[in-house]
Amino acid sequence: MSDPQNQVGQNQVGAVTAAAVTVNEPGAGNRLAGPGTGRAVSQPADARVERPTSFDPADFPVLTGREEDWRFTPLKRLRGLHEDPRADGKVGIEVQAPAAVAVETVGRDDARLGRAGAPVDRASALAWAGFTEATVITVPQEAEVAEPVWATLTGAGGTAFGNLLVDVKPFAKAVVILDYQGSATYSENVQFLVGDSADLTVIALQDWADDAVHLSQQQAKLGRDARFQSINVGFGGDLVRITPRVAYTAPGGDAELLGVYFADAGQHLEQRLLVDHSATHCKSRVTYKGALQGQDAHTVWVGDVLIRAEAEQTDTYELNRNLILTDGARADSVPNLEIETGEIVGAGHASATGRFDDEQLFYLQARGIREDEARRLVVRGFFADVIGRISVPELRERLMAKVEAELAGAVA
Amino acid sequence: MATLEINDLHVSVEGEGGPREILRGVNLTVKQGETHAIMGPNGSGKSTLAYSIAGHPKYTITQGTVTLDGEDVLAMTVDERARAGMFLAMQYPVEIPGVTVSNFLRTAATAIRGEAPKLRTWVKEVNEAMTAIQMDKGFAERNVNEGFSGGEKKRHEILQMELLKPKIAILDETDSGLDVDALKTVSEGVNRVRESGEVGTLLITHYTRILRYIKPDYVHVFSDGRIVESGGPELADKLESEGYESYAKAGA
Repeated sequence: MSDPQNQVGQNQVGAVTAAAVTVNEPGAGNRLAGPGTGRAVSQPADARVERPTSFDPADFPVLTGREEDWRFTPLKRLRGLHEDPRADGKVGIEVQAPAAVAVETVGRDDARLGRAGAPVDRASALAWAGFTEATVITVPQEAEVAEPVWATLTGAGGTAFGNLLVDVKPFAKAVVILDYQGSATYSENVQFLVGDSADLTVIALQDWADDAVHLSQQQAKLGRDARFQSINVGFGGDLVRITPRVAYTAPGGDAELLGVYFADAGQHLEQRLLVDHSATHCKSRVTYKGALQGQDAHTVWVGDVLIRAEAEQTDTYELNRNLILTDGARADSVPNLEIETGEIVGAGHASATGRFDDEQLFYLQARGIREDEARRLVVRGFFADVIGRISVPELRERLMAKVEAELAGAVA
Repeated sequence: MATLEINDLHVSVEGEGGPREILRGVNLTVKQGETHAIMGPNGSGKSTLAYSIAGHPKYTITQGTVTLDGEDVLAMTVDERARAGMFLAMQYPVEIPGVTVSNFLRTAATAIRGEAPKLRTWVKEVNEAMTAIQMDKGFAERNVNEGFSGGEKKRHEILQMELLKPKIAILDETDSGLDVDALKTVSEGVNRVRESGEVGTLLITHYTRILRYIKPDYVHVFSDGRIVESGGPELADKLESEGYESYAKAGA
């Protein structure tokens, strides 16, 4: 295990630990409700698992905002993406890829699309119904690509739908960067097929202009012994809602889901994850860290982990930490763990949301460091372990610069 | 020569039933090169004195003055006080996740010295100071105070004192929780800085033990928020044999 803090049975260090669940005895079959969910223990932790998935929007009821998976989202700010959206804008996609990687633009009828799973909610089904062309990035079998595949998605205003497939064939290895910029009302389905023993790292960078609205369903399907690392970075946009999902099709899969987000005044950044353990000997690690500042800055993190009865020897841990820098901001954090077998290596989750620690500030200032610089050090430090795990050095630097720019914005 | 002057200092903290006065008129002058030990029983206000001078926001100054070479310390922010030459070695240094010791020390040295130290001489300076205080070089890449033992935290505090070279250093119970070996190492570090003759030291302690290693010029007995007796090193010997009992009665 790479991170000793993630070992089973250890609570995370933090001001408030909402929950940490450890199950390692045979016979455990209880469905566990997450803290703050208000659910009875006997209800499924993730109702979405029981719900149908479909490519047809008509299979999903019209949203009221009271649905479990939409209750935190201000529907009014979606500009109709959940109702009856019409494409009247454009998000251009430009892909820079090493020679070994194939990049294609395909039509709706391409048989490869949708193989990682059908949309799980109405908005993503509407996005599926609305797109006209898709981008397919293929990394051929056994190709190990050192240079990252850099996809820049630039919004040019208006409503648009996207569809992107990254198909990494067996024993191949690649890093894909999704770099979102500009203004848009954008709803998309992004799918990742990670073949047997393949290794895919995806870094999605939400660097939108302030007025962007973005819904993104990210679905990953892992083959035998596949490794998947996903890093979602949320800075820009007015409302961004990401629903990453990981499914395992064979034993030995390993998923690391990382997130970094920084919400400013009025911004709504939401991430709803599901790791669906349905094969034996698979591993998952989820670490999302967020900072919030300004009036009505709102972040939502819902982390669902399901360990199905057949998923013996599962090893999973999820963690969410939020750092509230000013009054008026709100972080919702809901970890859910549902365990249908006790024959596992370990399962745990932790959530902590805390204010800026004034004692840390005092300590640094007592060494002559000015207040703004002291704050910068502490916030950089808060994100350092997640950002440090990004394998592309220029992105690490860009993210730290972003963090500092966000902080400077608060001071100004 | 730098001089810290504390004059009729009164300090309160917000309590459940309103503000509670903890310091009740402290008078003390510490000059560069001198070492003053402040000794007193638990709850007498010794640590409050240290943190008030450093500017911790928890404490409210209700009366009195603190000046450093005539400059009003109380009007300064916490970081301005440090840049003016004040240093507080804390009893319970906080952990700062994700900030390495090496980054922290360099940032602090840059702030105190007004310019970034030259990288080559700086690395040498830090390495020598760490060797002297018996901190493994591996600490440089660890996060500030994270997972440090009690003794390691205190060594790290004195390491900072050696590198930042303050005019006035306040050591808040630096001896507490240390075994004899660690106490010797930490005391030697303090003595190295003192030997320069450029630091005035205010040594706050509950026990006389540390005074065997760091010889004070003056000893003050603190009780009920003020200094109740001052003398030379011989006063420490008296405390060693008699304890604080007589002062506690006097204060009550």
